[in-house]
Amino acid sequence: MSDASDTAPAPERPGRLGGIGRVLVAVYAVLALAATGRSFVQIVQRFDEAPVAYALSALAAVVYIVATIALTRPGRTWYRIAWATIIFEFTGVLVVGTLSVVDPALFPHDTVWSGYGRGYLFIPLVLPVLGMWWLAKHRPDAAAPASEESAARSGAAS
Amino acid sequence: MIEWFTWLQIAVAVAAGLLCIVLGLAGRVPSDLTLGSLALVEVLLVVQLVVALVAPAFGNTPSGSVLEFGVYLVSALLIPPAAIFWALVDRGRWSTVVCGVAALAVAVMVYRMLQIWTVQQA
Repeated sequence: MSDASDTAPAPERPGRLGGIGRVLVAVYAVLALAATGRSFVQIVQRFDEAPVAYALSALAAVVYIVATIALTRPGRTWYRIAWATIIFEFTGVLVVGTLSVVDPALFPHDTVWSGYGRGYLFIPLVLPVLGMWWLAKHRPDAAAPASEESAARSGAAS
Repeated sequence: MIEWFTWLQIAVAVAAGLLCIVLGLAGRVPSDLTLGSLALVEVLLVVQLVVALVAPAFGNTPSGSVLEFGVYLVSALLIPPAAIFWALVDRGRWSTVVCGVAALAVAVMVYRMLQIWTVQQA
């Protein structure tokens, strides 16, 4: 597999965003947009019907946005934020998904995580796993200088 | 909403998505062909926007929530320009794949819009 820098005229940009990681970020961005749009509609139209479910949708949407940003930023702090948000999402989809299957009465209204993200092609279930795999493979190393380190990282990515 | 046009639009978006993903995985950087396919997806979305604005005047009204339909349409309209911008800034093979993901996301959203317009119980 050749890296993007082999075929592209521009050199690889530094950061965690190398190779296929860009696709991961793009999918995160789309999911963040979808979750934000949907929770906006739910809250504007019928917030009183299910305040908990819709508040959860909004929270999930915010976390997806933070995760998207965190994935694109270099540095240890953003790396930790990326881990935290992705673990939060994974916990959310597992807990809410399980509850919505075991006891549908608890979540009569759809959230992004109902039925393990059924309404979103199960992307909310698969994406955190891919995200964690990606983060585990691209650990920031405090010893190496940031630019060299990230160049090596994106080189190793593909 | 014109149903056959919407299905055509979904077909174009899926075709553009598969084209970009295949070419991207094959190592191609964004080209006129892949970016053009995404531009076509965007043009069809603009046509859809005009149709959605005009259709109610001809008795073709949505059965579901106008707000939800609108949020989907506006979100979908934002996606192809964002992907094209990304591909112009970062001319790597993975940008081609990103364009494909964007086109498939638009296809899903247009399908949801069709459901909201035609078969909405709530």
